Amino acid sequence: MNRQLKIKPSTARTTAQSHFRTLRLGTPFQPRIEALARTNDWYNWAGYRAPHSLWDEELEYFAIRSQAALFDVSPMTKYRIEGKDAEAFLNRVTLRDVTKLKAGRVHYTAWCDDEGFVLDDGTLFRLSPTRFRLCSQERHLPWLLDSAIGFDVTVEEETEAVAGLALQGPTSFAVLRDAGFSGVERLKIFDLADFPHDGSTVTISRTGFTGDLGYELFVPAAQALSLWDRLMAAGEPRGIRAIGYTALNRARLEAGLIVANADFVTSEHAIRADRLRMPDEIGLGFMIDLEKGHLNGRRAILEARAKRKLRHVLVGLEIEGNIPAEHAIVYHRKSQEVGLVSAAMWSPMAKRNIAIASLARPFGDTMVDDLWVEIYALRELQYQKLMKRAKLVPRPFIKLDRRTANPPADF
Amino acid sequence: MTSFDAVVIGGGHNGLVAAATLAKAGRKVLVLEAAGDVGGAARTEEFAPGFRVSSVAHLLNRLHPEVIKTLELEKHGLQFARGDFVPSVALSKNGPPLVLHGAYGEVLTGANPSEQSDWKELRAQLLRYAGILKPFLSRRPPDLGGMSMLDTAALGQTALALKKLGKEDMRDFLRVLLMNVADLLDEQLADDRLKGLLAFDATLGSHLGPRSPTSLLGLYYRLAGETAGVAGAQILPKGGMGAVIAAIGTAAEKAGATIRVGTPVARIIVEKNRAVGIALDNGEEIRARTIVSAINPATTFLDLVGPREIDTGFVRKVKNIRMKGDAAKLHLALDRQPEFTGVDAAGHKGRLVIAPSPDHVERAFNPSKYGAFSPEPVMEITLPSLADPSLAPTGASVLSAVVQYAPYALKEGWGAGKPKFLEAIMAQLETYAPGIGKTVLHAELLTPADIETRYRMSGGHWHHGELQADQMLMSRPVSGWSGYETPVEGLFLAGAGSHPGGGVSGAPGVNAARRIIGMKG
Repeated sequence: MNRQLKIKPSTARTTAQSHFRTLRLGTPFQPRIEALARTNDWYNWAGYRAPHSLWDEELEYFAIRSQAALFDVSPMTKYRIEGKDAEAFLNRVTLRDVTKLKAGRVHYTAWCDDEGFVLDDGTLFRLSPTRFRLCSQERHLPWLLDSAIGFDVTVEEETEAVAGLALQGPTSFAVLRDAGFSGVERLKIFDLADFPHDGSTVTISRTGFTGDLGYELFVPAAQALSLWDRLMAAGEPRGIRAIGYTALNRARLEAGLIVANADFVTSEHAIRADRLRMPDEIGLGFMIDLEKGHLNGRRAILEARAKRKLRHVLVGLEIEGNIPAEHAIVYHRKSQEVGLVSAAMWSPMAKRNIAIASLARPFGDTMVDDLWVEIYALRELQYQKLMKRAKLVPRPFIKLDRRTANPPADF
Repeated sequence: MTSFDAVVIGGGHNGLVAAATLAKAGRKVLVLEAAGDVGGAARTEEFAPGFRVSSVAHLLNRLHPEVIKTLELEKHGLQFARGDFVPSVALSKNGPPLVLHGAYGEVLTGANPSEQSDWKELRAQLLRYAGILKPFLSRRPPDLGGMSMLDTAALGQTALALKKLGKEDMRDFLRVLLMNVADLLDEQLADDRLKGLLAFDATLGSHLGPRSPTSLLGLYYRLAGETAGVAGAQILPKGGMGAVIAAIGTAAEKAGATIRVGTPVARIIVEKNRAVGIALDNGEEIRARTIVSAINPATTFLDLVGPREIDTGFVRKVKNIRMKGDAAKLHLALDRQPEFTGVDAAGHKGRLVIAPSPDHVERAFNPSKYGAFSPEPVMEITLPSLADPSLAPTGASVLSAVVQYAPYALKEGWGAGKPKFLEAIMAQLETYAPGIGKTVLHAELLTPADIETRYRMSGGHWHHGELQADQMLMSRPVSGWSGYETPVEGLFLAGAGSHPGGGVSGAPGVNAARRIIGMKG
């Protein structure tokens, strides 16, 4: 018997066919951000349309440091990891000891491939004893699913379902309190808790990417706009401003934090063999817990340490003068190339010319003197080559007491 | 309590070879075998009252000379001479069979003179090229990460051997290396019976048809084996394959190894990335500096070590090893000697192959790609009780056959498919040995599913992983870990799943043991 197959054009298919009309996806906050965008300076963040700046990147930066800044982090990749073995699973995948992460806490971590090269860094939120949220720059679902073999755990991508906001700056606590999130004052740095919002729940953690007092809020996409409005309304008297990435990027540099694929190349993106980095080579060696049992890359990391195969080191630099040394080459004795600056700025907070650089060992490791950076300053259509002395300094470049103060200050 | 330097998991032939080699080097070795007897798929077993047969492996054609030498197997009763070589008979439906005498057809009978001379030329070429690959297909694969002087020297030797071939021959070697066997045979031969036999031999034990790319490699693998110093020679061991096992087992015990049977290992104990011992089903723990797993690599890592103790990338690789068997084993207890049409007495004592043409083999292969068995299967048959009457009651006879293609994951399931497949096999046999059906007292058909259960071979695959170009040499069992050591320190692989592969060679076992000794494990 012949079976007649009738193909009906499905609505899903028709909808999908128009994907090219949207060059970049909008986040759940797009209507609000769009309305505030005066510079129309957009970039692509993991497939989403995200602002470099909204009205003035300089003032946006100062909103972080002296008011409260609202930054849309929805494009960040988010995974929901749940199950009896969730803790054991994450202990095997990530570098730090997850058994030490209590429910209601967050930690910064990273994870490696078999060769011990860093796949990504990110934050791990322990929502309950058996439920976690892992946030990262890159997508890792196949890796996480394959890592889940042999564990009683489910891993689901929730990037689209969950909207995220970072509220950062000295008045951020006051904004939340005034918005009616009672109990938020009890959150210490790296604590998280659930709060009711709009018939749903928002998870607020005292975390951020600025080195300042600040919070991150995660909410179901459907409640995204009402959360935005609630914060904006409560924050108005406290100078709340929406900001773009350029401002945030400055704040994170002052805080000494690194960005995947800006300060190091993640191992699945690196094309050239010498661009891969082990945790020890990008300042994340402190995360590695060798006592906790097996973790991905453990064997390779131990071997690299034992055989002295760690070739690079990530350092903080203070450079003389006030010209940012963005992507400048680092020299030893003004002649031998020993590394590259990956991020640099004149820090208004530290009043210093700061930079993050990757150096080839032993430079930056045991050889720390006589380092220089070569800055090309473009002055009225002419480059002026400046050879400036660079000094190794510890990160973070600034340390703000308000970030960790308890109770959080009411500015 | 006795303490051991090394625990070998699995008392198959490779496990025993590894144990014997380690014991001879002064290690205190314990072998743990899950079944009631050692030997794995190379045992001699009773399958009907009074009838005994070599369980899966029934022909010996690649027991490695280094194994015989190292273990002094000749002292333990394993001696072969040219007189033991058995012929290969390519059966034919309409006409006399074609016979390859001596070591893989040193003399060919039953073919016309022009075919005979073409065969002589092709045989010489096949052996010449297999000879180039031979060192690769026996010793430890070169370590691409950090080549030692020895590795480099060995590679240099091969380069030299290639150069010695001469320019034309070297080019031809490289041209044909990854070819399919059917195309090569069509280039050089005309007789379908001969081509069918070679096509069968090239694809025996793998999920390939003669027209599948790289199928020629299987023939090289076969011809890289030798017996009594002669490449390509095959014998039917007296007492069945179990006699070979007995000799290796004796060598192991004489060297001081302890063998415990009926002792399945439940898990390998790993502490901080190091294998420190094993735990048995009953909870007993045995600690040792070195753990040697001579069982399936996937079983070793996914079941005994567990994915939690190894890196994700490695788990991926292990899970991706293809190991679904495509060959079945048939044992018949016959009330008399069978008569294959046109085959003489010497031929009956040899290897009888039903593979009338490469096309026939290819057509037999086709359904297996889609989860069905061959309606007209191809097979190699031996009648071991003719040369060794102890295997069957007086006057009666044993038939042992490897039959293809029988896909492990049969779509209709082997519960329903097995009787149908047996019927298809018996119909084929009836064509070449009329009346044989009526003489069957008992039939035992082992599908890959049966082989998996009975011999604890994942997928019922006797190579413990398809032996194809992408799963050979540096990629066996997985890329980056072909040198018998594993990401788990102190844990070594020594089974057929490791380089060079399956067949009763003992090569993985002896190579692994030597590696362990070399690493002072």
